[in-house]
Amino acid sequence: MNRGVIHVDESPIPLEQCRRYLPNWLKRFLPIRGGRAEDHHGKGMFGFTVFLLSESIVFLSFIFTYIALRLTHSRTWLPPGVSGPELSTFVIINTVVLLSSSFVIQPAENFLKRGRLVKFRWLWLMTICMGTYFLIGQGIEWSHLDFRLSTGLVGSTFYVLTGFHGLHVLTGVILQIIMLIRSLIPGNYNKGHFGASATTLFWHFVDIVWVFLFSLLYLWQA
Amino acid sequence: MTHDSRDNITGDRAAEDSQNESENNWRRYFSFSTDHKVIGVQYMVMTFIFFLVGGLLAMLMRAELITPASDVVDRPLYNGLFTLHGTIMIFLWIIPFNAGISNYLVPLMLGARDMAFPLLNAISFWILPPSGILLLSSFLLPNGTAQSGWWSYPPISLQIPPGQPINGEFIWIVSVILIGISSIMGAVNFVTTIFWMRAPGMTFFRMPVFVWSVLSAQLLQLVNLPSLTGALILLLFDLSFGTQFFKPLENGDPIIYQHLFWFYSHPAVYIMALPAFGIFAEVLPAFSHNPLFGYRSLAIASLGIAVVSIFVWVHHMFTSATPNWMRILFMVTSMLVAVPTGVKAFGWTATIWKSKLHLETPMLFAMGGAAMFLLGGVTGVMLAAVPFDIHVHNTYFIVGHFHYIVFNTITMAIFAAIYFWFPKITGRMYAEGWGKVHFWLTFIGANLTFFPMLPLGLQGMVRRVSSYDPRYQGWNVIASVGGFLLGVSILPFIANMVGSWLSGPRATNNPWRATGLEWTTTSPPPRDNFEEIPIVKRPPYDYGDPKYSVIEPPDYHQLEH
Repeated sequence: MNRGVIHVDESPIPLEQCRRYLPNWLKRFLPIRGGRAEDHHGKGMFGFTVFLLSESIVFLSFIFTYIALRLTHSRTWLPPGVSGPELSTFVIINTVVLLSSSFVIQPAENFLKRGRLVKFRWLWLMTICMGTYFLIGQGIEWSHLDFRLSTGLVGSTFYVLTGFHGLHVLTGVILQIIMLIRSLIPGNYNKGHFGASATTLFWHFVDIVWVFLFSLLYLWQA
Repeated sequence: MTHDSRDNITGDRAAEDSQNESENNWRRYFSFSTDHKVIGVQYMVMTFIFFLVGGLLAMLMRAELITPASDVVDRPLYNGLFTLHGTIMIFLWIIPFNAGISNYLVPLMLGARDMAFPLLNAISFWILPPSGILLLSSFLLPNGTAQSGWWSYPPISLQIPPGQPINGEFIWIVSVILIGISSIMGAVNFVTTIFWMRAPGMTFFRMPVFVWSVLSAQLLQLVNLPSLTGALILLLFDLSFGTQFFKPLENGDPIIYQHLFWFYSHPAVYIMALPAFGIFAEVLPAFSHNPLFGYRSLAIASLGIAVVSIFVWVHHMFTSATPNWMRILFMVTSMLVAVPTGVKAFGWTATIWKSKLHLETPMLFAMGGAAMFLLGGVTGVMLAAVPFDIHVHNTYFIVGHFHYIVFNTITMAIFAAIYFWFPKITGRMYAEGWGKVHFWLTFIGANLTFFPMLPLGLQGMVRRVSSYDPRYQGWNVIASVGGFLLGVSILPFIANMVGSWLSGPRATNNPWRATGLEWTTTSPPPRDNFEEIPIVKRPPYDYGDPKYSVIEPPDYHQLEH
């Protein structure tokens, strides 16, 4: 049977009509009409953002476990003689250094976009130092705690959550070092600065995760 | 695109073509290629080998279950068999096979030259073979493989012989985490490809439904799979580093693991099924030469299934001390999945309704799969009801239900896809007669194997046991016979595929007279897929009007320029 009815699709599409009301930065993320295959920076940043959103679910699953365990085990949370992670000045300084590094790396990336490599390198180096300071600081804090990985739920959750985050900080620092070395090779950022932009985004992600972990692990006291 | 760059591309291609001629042999399938078509074939062939391994394990189990006594294999080995059978079929057959066929088709269907990130694509494939071999290597360990089923629920999964840091469970966790990483890389790549690599004019509502379903499935991977990775990392710490997250004797809570696990593993069913639904939506219109009925509804239903399926996971835990309000809530959401799924089934039926059917092998597999999805879906809705679920929980009814989905629907769809796109992929036609033999053997074998499991479950036969009450033997013998028939059914398929690829008759560009961009290029497509990136002016599935295919005829472009 030949139905002979073909719907002709020349009218604008609902999704496109909605697109008019979207903010500009979101429009760049939704190339509705296609034909953007050559936009390497655009699709790179899109893919990396999608990856980070996915990565955040791993942290969410850890945070969910932590909250669920903590709420159902409020009495046995701290084994006898263990005081839990302490909100010391040391930890606060460490946190401030990490969070403020986000405000250093962003101008660095902006300088790179405008091709001002020297300023980029100085600010970038500063971010690397701040990230390294945080990592060393966390190492010192770990060595002074009165509980270990196998000490009850507090040890299990604290070390796994901070350790997984620390692994991300380490990855961020390594990426930053790679980008810094790349900036020393002449002409290396002529084709675009996707690597540096992605590293910046990753660094913001690491910082935002730390805000949540800091609130949950240190500010939420028993 | 300016004229300069276009000239450049064609210039490069002339040089590449001569290179392609020498590369265009079987050797490139064993190399680290970044071509999405090569990677797609690599995925499909590798996962098929794992499918054979998984099937072999299943046949061993069926051999054990012919008699009520435990006589063929010992208990620990039997535990290992069902654990690895499930793990391989899910993580090394269906999910990566879907990644393979999507890898091959999505750029072609979108009018792109490759995936968004070709190198990442190759890496995510090459993670898989080592992880699969690692998983299988645990058979060689002194205490054998993981034995706690593919859920790997604690505390059972944490009960390992002391003094063995490298044990089956450890290897299981590591390889599943690795496979998960590969899937996440693939998902990032697919979603970016679908958003950014579409040809000019290929709007979202001109994408084939297959692409819509891949998009939905891969979005689900991104949202849900990290939860499994998180759970497995915590389980690994419990197993090997002395933490206490899931240990009930030391304050931990195994129920949290179940939540994290099913938060991924229920949507995993849709990650597996959505591409299969997409395949039905491509094959059914092509062999009935009708436009797909309700294209937009079917496209949106894919996303609808994906969204609803995020909120249903607790229906696997109705017997895990789940509070009543939660049971009711998740019973309702689980039944809600039936709505977008019903839209899909309605669309397929209406597409082929009253049209002249061309019953070639892909169509047989698609119709067989879609028809058996009815039984899989209906038993699924039954299971969503709390009282019924509690009655049949952990029985063979569950096993029967999900095999009707994963084998009788999804694997049938996979075979439909293989036959349907075989001419495109290889440039040769398969042998139709052997294809039909394969279909009928599979169809009969699958129903013989999996239907008996439904009455067995209703009568109360528990799953994952190697010995059982003698009154269950009748149905079990039938299921075992069916299982061996399925084993036999794969032989004509292998012979057909290998023989046709080597010496089948040459295929034309569009042997099925189907619509879709992939049929407008040569069979097999050139390295860059299209001579010139097509400009899309029409919706997909323009069957019935010979004047139009998806793209305009070439002279139209010239008029425009």
